[in-house]
Amino acid sequence: MNWLLVVAGAAVGAPLRYLTDRLVQSRHDSVFPWGTFTVNAIGSWILGMLSGAVAVGAASSHVQLLLGTGLCGALTTYSTFSYETLRLAVDGARLYAVANAVASVAAGLGAAFAGVLCARALWG
Amino acid sequence: MIGVVAAGGAIGAVARYGATLLWPTAAGAFPWTILAVNVVGCALMGVLMVLITELFSPHRLVRPFLGTGILGGFTTFSTYAVDIQQLVDARRAPLALAYLAGTLLAALAAVWGAGAATRELLAVLERKERAA
Repeated sequence: MNWLLVVAGAAVGAPLRYLTDRLVQSRHDSVFPWGTFTVNAIGSWILGMLSGAVAVGAASSHVQLLLGTGLCGALTTYSTFSYETLRLAVDGARLYAVANAVASVAAGLGAAFAGVLCARALWG
Repeated sequence: MIGVVAAGGAIGAVARYGATLLWPTAAGAFPWTILAVNVVGCALMGVLMVLITELFSPHRLVRPFLGTGILGGFTTFSTYAVDIQQLVDARRAPLALAYLAGTLLAALAAVWGAGAATRELLAVLERKERAA
């Protein structure tokens, strides 16, 4: 049962990342990887909300597995983030590489903290 | 294409879930398991990208399945961010900072190092083949 919840969440999260990345990347011309940045920030916000909800007992461990481990885990990615950062550095866009690393971590953290606060305001 | 990404993502997420069951980390402790998952996933991404961009032109579904799907589903940015938030919340800010910087540096070193090592290995193999 637990494994199936993770599978179901991830089977939605991964294609959602793929589609969001394509949509976002088709709408700008810069070398900045806005697509991965976007999914990582959104996923961090949702997981922050979820962990806040679990902490106050508003969400079960099953919801946590489906939406947290499965959906958010597959929606967000560290491997593509690292690879895109490396590519920027190797291709001579070092400033963009540093900006991507700093902005992605800052946005992900800000989103996670905001998500937890939202959950506390809603269910706390 | 969507189905291939979904299947790969499910496999990657299940592998990550299995790792957290095998090597659980307590709340408030350093999240070693997710750090290891993310670093291993980045190293494999480094190998994969060198292989498919420099060695051979794979089938068009290989990169979506292995890279976007499996490695994307295996590694996670959201758990990384929320784990840092939880450590800060538990008043363990120095540990949170070490985890934040440690994952970032190890992940970048892994994707770069594994890619460079793969490129090196390919060059050695090619020289041997020519000499033979």
